[in-house]
Amino acid sequence: MAAAILVLQFMLKQQVNFMIHSFKIHGTNMVLDVMSGAVHQFDDIAYDVLGCYERNGVLNNDKIKNLSQYKEAEINEAIEEIEYLKKKNMLFTEDPYTEMLPAWTKQTVVKALCLHIAHDCNLRCSYCFAGTGEYMGRRSLMSLEVGKRAIDFLIENSGNRRNLEVDFFGGEPLMNFEVVKRIVEYARVRENKTGKNFRFTITTNVMLLDEDKQNYINENMHNVVLSLDGRKEVNDAVRKRIDGTGSYDRILPLAKKMAEERGEQQYYIRGTFTRKNLDFGADVLHMADLGFEQISVEPVVAAKDSGLDIREEDLDTVCNEYERLAKEYVERRKNGQWFNFFHFMIDLEGGPCIAKRMRGCGSGTEYLAVTPEGELYPCHQFVGHEEFLLGNIYDGLNQNTVREAFRETNVYTKPRCSSCWAKFYCSGGCAANAWKFNNDIRIPYEIECELEKKRVECALWIKAQESN
Amino acid sequence: MKHIKTINKSTLNKDIKKAGCGECQTSCQSACKTSCTVANQECERK
Ligand code: SF4
Ligand code: SF4
Repeated sequence: MAAAILVLQFMLKQQVNFMIHSFKIHGTNMVLDVMSGAVHQFDDIAYDVLGCYERNGVLNNDKIKNLSQYKEAEINEAIEEIEYLKKKNMLFTEDPYTEMLPAWTKQTVVKALCLHIAHDCNLRCSYCFAGTGEYMGRRSLMSLEVGKRAIDFLIENSGNRRNLEVDFFGGEPLMNFEVVKRIVEYARVRENKTGKNFRFTITTNVMLLDEDKQNYINENMHNVVLSLDGRKEVNDAVRKRIDGTGSYDRILPLAKKMAEERGEQQYYIRGTFTRKNLDFGADVLHMADLGFEQISVEPVVAAKDSGLDIREEDLDTVCNEYERLAKEYVERRKNGQWFNFFHFMIDLEGGPCIAKRMRGCGSGTEYLAVTPEGELYPCHQFVGHEEFLLGNIYDGLNQNTVREAFRETNVYTKPRCSSCWAKFYCSGGCAANAWKFNNDIRIPYEIECELEKKRVECALWIKAQESN
Repeated sequence: MKHIKTINKSTLNKDIKKAGCGECQTSCQSACKTSCTVANQECERK
């Protein structure tokens, strides 16, 4: 029995070790060599020949005999090309990372904070994970004193790390904008003294934006995320004001101006889609038609029991929608209507190093959220859930064992991720989704996985189209 | 090559000894925050 298990483990390791992923989109045959990141486009012969290879990269001669539709010479050519790529480590490449894992997973420093500047909001969006700003607590605003101490906490816990990030988040951070400004001022003074480099971002629903705030943000914030869900009827059905009326007409001109003044860079117009608008591609294109060039529309997160979450029966529709959008995306970009869709962005040549790809968001380790009262949580999605309280900015991190769980979580330690071809693009998904749906940060939320894999396929396909 | 076109050569396994410096941006994969996900740190421009 024990021997059988060992053999099984060995076989599984073999399969995981030499992973490739082949798929078809809009008639194109794509092949990804998972371990090296090499991406290829195959013609039909080579694609069918590749199908005759075992998962460990060995050709199965019996299967080849079934390819009677092709000439032998062509089959041999294809085999030669596949064998060449194998030799060059661009196909069936063996996993070279396992021995580096201990170094990459050691305790890390804190390098980013999400400051909950306001646990209050001037909108009442139906899918809000923050309970429309309250996060299961009471409505409150962060004081300057807490904000300053958070900056010091970050500096003190960042070790030798130079680049530090602070995101002003809410609720709605513009409801407490004076404090935002003073925190930035304070951090600038501290960075001069400590040699750190702060990068600020802000995530806002735009409602309170005016000229002064806009100028301030454009001068001081590295990135800004502006919320708008797309078409007016879609946006207004969920992003409602307190009196129940829609927010689209107020947001649009302000967001447009902001995007233009930032030179259409370093911002995102960001929407959420739910099972009420599974044709979200139309929302992406709507915002592109309005002239926005940096667009992100993402599936609703952690919306269990809300009635808005994407379900298994919606997957086909959503995946088809991604493929449809990918096609239109390539067309538009080719024809002078360039825009960027966040989830189709993929940098094959550069992009983050493998160590980062293994760990993903860093929630609970290098990234923490700070409440208006100065409590620390693994990320904004966990705020208010007491079992995830990790300490506070005054006394520092506590001994909560969940921190250890976050540190140990990566695409190699999560069973489902370790055998997943998308692991170096997805980085293991969202811990908050995993916890909300599967009650365990190590078990990724299946629906999110399916969508992520489809997006990566689309992104790779787009690369192939744009390189033609 | 006649049957296969390589879109991207091996990149992930380059310089793995230098990986993990940690100076890069953090990246929320989802939620309200759009920083980076599918393997991209900076926005690509036309
Ligand atoms: S979270 Fe899902 S899609 Fe991402 S690497 Fe893990 S199993 Fe794959
Ligand atoms: S756990 Fe999810 S919501 Fe939280 S930072 Fe990570 S990806 Fe983002």
